[in-house]
Amino acid sequence: MTTTAPEALAGNAELRTLLQQVDKRRHRKDRVMRGLIVAAFLLAVLPLVSVAWTVVKHGIERFNVYFLTHSMRGVFGGMDAGGVYHAIVGTVEITLFAALISVPIGLLTAIYLVEYGRGPLARAVTFFVDVMTGIPSIVAGLFAYALFAVILGPGVRMGVVGSVALSVLMIPVVVRSSEEMLRLVPNELREAALALGVPRWLVVIKVVLRTAVAGIVTGVMIAVSRVIGETAPLLITVGVIDSINYNLFDGRMMTLPVYVYRQFQQGLVPCTPDQANCIATVAYDRAWAGALTLILIVMLLNLVARLVTRFFAPKNLG
Amino acid sequence: MAQRIDVKDLNIFYRDFKAVADIEMAVEPRSVTAFIGPSGCGKSTFLRTLNRMHEVIPGAHVQGSVTMDGVDLYGNDIDPVAVRRQVGMVFQRPNPFPTMSIAENVLAGVRLNNKRISKGDAQDMVEQSLQGANLWNEVKDRLDRPGSGLSGGQQQRLCIARAIAVKPQVLLMDEPCSALDPISTLAIEDLIAELKAQYTIVIVTHNMQQAARVSDRTAFFNLAGTGQPGRLIEIDDTATIFSSPREQATEDYISGRFG
Ligand SMILES: Nc1ncnc2c1ncn2[C@@H]1O[C@H](COP(=O)(O)OP(=O)(O)O)[C@@H](O)[C@H]1O
Ligand SMILES: [Mg+2]
Repeated sequence: MTTTAPEALAGNAELRTLLQQVDKRRHRKDRVMRGLIVAAFLLAVLPLVSVAWTVVKHGIERFNVYFLTHSMRGVFGGMDAGGVYHAIVGTVEITLFAALISVPIGLLTAIYLVEYGRGPLARAVTFFVDVMTGIPSIVAGLFAYALFAVILGPGVRMGVVGSVALSVLMIPVVVRSSEEMLRLVPNELREAALALGVPRWLVVIKVVLRTAVAGIVTGVMIAVSRVIGETAPLLITVGVIDSINYNLFDGRMMTLPVYVYRQFQQGLVPCTPDQANCIATVAYDRAWAGALTLILIVMLLNLVARLVTRFFAPKNLG
Repeated sequence: MAQRIDVKDLNIFYRDFKAVADIEMAVEPRSVTAFIGPSGCGKSTFLRTLNRMHEVIPGAHVQGSVTMDGVDLYGNDIDPVAVRRQVGMVFQRPNPFPTMSIAENVLAGVRLNNKRISKGDAQDMVEQSLQGANLWNEVKDRLDRPGSGLSGGQQQRLCIARAIAVKPQVLLMDEPCSALDPISTLAIEDLIAELKAQYTIVIVTHNMQQAARVSDRTAFFNLAGTGQPGRLIEIDDTATIFSSPREQATEDYISGRFG
């Protein structure tokens, strides 16, 4: 406890003992809980740090400008070559297009649920959004594949199909997070605008969405991060390719998760001693570097989202 | 600018719950009418029917008529959005838009309606409205700062500036001072006294002295019990209500014997 200087001992002794009395049990409990919380925190952070560290450690070796700017075209065996450019193109295009589909649908659904929806229809929508949340990603992939197979015949593989599959996974996340953000907008602001003679749709756009935009962007980012690492549905719908394809609407594309999967699946390259420049572990190395690329893209997206959030956040005491 | 409002046989509902029954009164132009009465007797509910804000709540509806200078505000061909432009409202808790600066808050009625005005007109409107709300001198150097950075009383005057910027005929105020300190309250009361030269003002207040200070006429509302609808007990000149009300209930309420 605090040091008690002699003069501090003066004053009403009875009151002093009353105020000094330390609840030993409370203190003990406090210390135990503190320990538990710190332990839980470390336990939660440990795997995170470990994952990041492992990926960086294994991936950094092949991760360089060459890797980022070259595809796998004409690369075979244990060649000290090959990169991830075609997979970056595929992942960015397919994911952006998926967001382009999901954000309008998800946001409009959320607006309907919060601002307009009442009664059985709104309840039905909420129910189906909940059901959609639980759809396994492979099922979303099969669904998108089947949908396009009906139109374009069996065996179609192209970027959009993957985007559709991803948007099936994204939409419920966007709806849920946007809905929550819209509900956080105080009703007083809606009433303030309505009382100024602003029609409802403009209140929704200019007050509700404007106030909630920071949270909505964060929600969209979470949804993007959720689907950008999806492998199975993309394997089914977009397929695999070694060269660059910029066209979402024509032919197979490579994506980062599928790239990682494919490289890892190739395993060790059987190098014979007479082969110069043959790296036995090149496929593994590429898989790790691809994983590192994916993580960095997600982090970059998050950074952008943070900036957008800061820019749009409601201004407080400035 | 200011208009007279006549209310006839007005019954106000939340779904099937009748919250206010059989209101019959006239609100005189260019004067301040105060609504007093115990909590839950339907003052806010009634006030919100005067600019059709009541029906914003799901399931809320009214029966009867509210006419402004002979025009039925609940007529079939009447647009509630247009009504709200003529009958402005100030709420109990100051609610400036947090994403907007002080100037943008004043211009909200214009900007949110996607109306274009020239920069000069906008500046004039900001200055006039803020001056009208006795806030200009305090904020003229920081018009581009967030409105939420002001004190509660300043925020409330900002909300009044925002309401009068759209040039309404009538101004409704629902306990505009109940969240404010005494000094800010005085500032708002002074403002009300000035505004009544131009606007018809209706103010709900819990504060009897405030009603006596600011209003020309006072309406007393009461309810028989929980679950019962609130009713207008009497409306008269404020001096009469506070000195010799017709009804015993009014006298009891004013002298602090209940409510
Ligand atoms: N949004 C609402 N939904 C249902 N009932 C309401 C709502 N708002 C108010 N009421 C009811 O209407 C009655 C009048 O409330 P109110 O107008 O707020 O009273 P006052 O402003 O005089 O205190 C109360 O019984 C209250 O419970
Ligand atoms: Mg009230």
